[in-house]
Amino acid sequence: MAVLLETHGLVKRFRGVTAVDGVDLAICAGRCFGLLGPNGAGKTTTVELLEGIQQPTHGWIRYRGEALGARFRQDIGIMFQSTALQDHITGRENLQMFSQFYPRTLPLAELVETCALGDFLDRDARKLSGGQRQRLLLAIALVNDPELLFLDEPTTGLDPQARRNFWALIQRIKASGKTVLLTTHYMEEAYLLCDEIAIMDHGRIIAQGSPRQLLAAHFDDVVLQLPLADFPDPTPLAAHTVIQGQDVVEIFTRDVNAAIQELLARKISLARLQIRPRTLEDLFLELTGRELRS
Amino acid sequence: MNWRRFWAVLICRNREFLRDRSALTWNLFFPISLIAGFAFAFSGPGLDLYKVGVLGDASAWTNSGFFTTRYIQFIPVSNPAQALTKVERHQLDMLIDPAGRRYWINDQAPKGYLLEKVLRGVDAATPFSKQTVSGRAIRYVDWVMPGVLAMNMMFGCLFGVGYVIVRYRKNGMLKRLKATPLTPLEFLTAQVVSRLWLMLATTVLVFVGADQVIGFPMHGSYLDLFLVCLIGAISLISLGLIVAARATSEELAAGLLNLLSWPMTFLSGVWFSLEGVHPFLQRCAQLAPLTHIIDAARAIILDGATLSDVSGHLLALTVMSLGFMAVGAWLFRWE
Repeated sequence: MAVLLETHGLVKRFRGVTAVDGVDLAICAGRCFGLLGPNGAGKTTTVELLEGIQQPTHGWIRYRGEALGARFRQDIGIMFQSTALQDHITGRENLQMFSQFYPRTLPLAELVETCALGDFLDRDARKLSGGQRQRLLLAIALVNDPELLFLDEPTTGLDPQARRNFWALIQRIKASGKTVLLTTHYMEEAYLLCDEIAIMDHGRIIAQGSPRQLLAAHFDDVVLQLPLADFPDPTPLAAHTVIQGQDVVEIFTRDVNAAIQELLARKISLARLQIRPRTLEDLFLELTGRELRS
Repeated sequence: MNWRRFWAVLICRNREFLRDRSALTWNLFFPISLIAGFAFAFSGPGLDLYKVGVLGDASAWTNSGFFTTRYIQFIPVSNPAQALTKVERHQLDMLIDPAGRRYWINDQAPKGYLLEKVLRGVDAATPFSKQTVSGRAIRYVDWVMPGVLAMNMMFGCLFGVGYVIVRYRKNGMLKRLKATPLTPLEFLTAQVVSRLWLMLATTVLVFVGADQVIGFPMHGSYLDLFLVCLIGAISLISLGLIVAARATSEELAAGLLNLLSWPMTFLSGVWFSLEGVHPFLQRCAQLAPLTHIIDAARAIILDGATLSDVSGHLLALTVMSLGFMAVGAWLFRWE
C-alpha cells in the first residue's frame, strides 16, 4: 500500500522543552491512522507538524514523497479540536467561504448529505448544538474533497448518541477511500475506526500497529471481573494478578479454569462473574502508566 | 493575490459586521450622540464660559455694567457660606455681592483671575482701541467637528480591525484559516478593505447628519475631504494591524489600542488648538496620523484648502500607511 504521509526523526522543541522527540511515522493511503496518548504526550504538536501548522526543529515530513507545499494545502482537510466559526455566519455561508479557497471542491448538496447538515444549514453557527457544530466542522474539512483528513479529537464533549452518529460519518468517509489521521482519548473510538494506531508518550512513539496486533503482542491473558461485594478480601491468587477497583475486583489470568477453581475453593460466588478480553484501554494504561497526568 | 479568496473573506467579514447589531448600533450611535450633544451645547446664544454667583437680588443688576458681559452665567445665590465653598472647589468661578460692592475669588483658579480682571476693568484708564478681525468668523463647533469625526474614525479603525483579528486568533479561527491556501496578504487585505468601506460609509453618514443638525460651513471640496478621510482611514487601520499582528488576548490588544488612541486624541488637536503647547509635544503630534487628518480636514472645510495645500498632510499619511502596513504584515502571525 502506497505511503501518503511519512516522517523521519521529527523533533519539536519549545524553549528547551522537547514536545516531540524523534517521531517516525508512515501513513498509508486509504487507511485510518490513530494517534493516542495521555495529555501532554506530544500528539497535538505532532499532528500540527503533520498538518504544516508548525515547523519541526529537526527531521522531515513528506507528502507523496515531496516536502509539504502548495499541493499539500490543497489536498488536506482539517478538523481541529476547537475551532470557532465567524459569528453571525450560517453553516451554508461558512461552507461557501471555505469552498472559495480551493480550486476543486465538493458540491454543497453532497456535503450536506454526507454530514447530515440539512436541518441547520441556514442557522447561525453560534446557535448549533455540539453535535451539529462538529458535523459542520467536518463538512468544512471535507469541502475540498481532501485526500488526507486530520481529525483532532472530533468527538470530545459529545453525548454518546452524537458520538456514535459521528463514528458512522467517519466510517462512511473511510469507505470512500480517504486517508484519515485521528487523535482521540476514546479507546473504543480508536478500536472501532482505526486500521493502525500509534501510542505516544513523552514525545515518542512507544507502540505502533493495528489494534489487534498490539493487543496480541502485549497480552496473552483475559480479565475476570467480580463485584467487590462478592470478593471482599481480594488477596492474591496463585499465578494470577488481582487489582482492586472502587466497586470491582479484576483478576488477570492466562488460565481461566485454574483461576475459577481457586475462586470456588475460596467459596466465592461466581454468579456475577464477567470475563472480558484485554482492550486498548488496558494497553494504553499498561504502556503509559496509571499515574495522574495534568 | 487570489481575488476569489480575498472576496470570500471580505464578504463574510462584512456580513458579520452588518449582522452584529450591537457593533453596528455602537458605530452609528456613538458619533450621532456626540453630535447631538454638541448641537445641544452650542445651540442658543453661545456657551457660557464662566459661572458667577450673585448674592442678593440678582435681577436688579442684570442690565448694568459687569452683569451684561457675554459668556458669563450669573447664578443667584441665597446662602453665602455654601457659595464660598463652591468658589473654593472651583464650582463657581466668582461670588459677587453687588450691594456690598464686594467679590470673592479663589486665588488658585485661572477663571477667577480672569473674571477679576474683567470686573476691575484692567487698563480702563488708558484703553486700547478695538479692531475687528476681517477673516471668516467661525464658531467653536465648526472648528471642533472635524476633530470629533476624525476621532470617531480613529476609534472605529483601530479597534474595528485590531480587536477583531485578535479575537479570531484567540478563538482558533486564524489557525483554521492558516490550514487553507488563504495567504496572510489576502486575509489582511480583506480585513482592511472591509473596515475601510464600513468606516467611510459611517463617517459620510455621520457627517451629513451632523451638517443637517448643526449646519457647519464647507469652503473646500467634498471630494478632497473624502480623499483625506480615505487615506487617513487606511493609515489608522494599518496602525491597528500592527497591534493585531501578534497579540493573543483581547485584554492586551485593548490596552495597546488605548495606549495609541488616547495620546493621539489629546495631542492631535481634537478639542483644543496645539498653539502654545510645548514644542516637543507639537513635534510628537506630527507623528500621529490623526493630527494630519484633522489638520487637513479643517483646512479644507474651514479655509477652502485644495489638495495641493494639504499635500504635506497627504504625503505624511501615505508614508505612514505604507510603513504601518509593511510592519504589520511583517509582524503578522496566524497564531
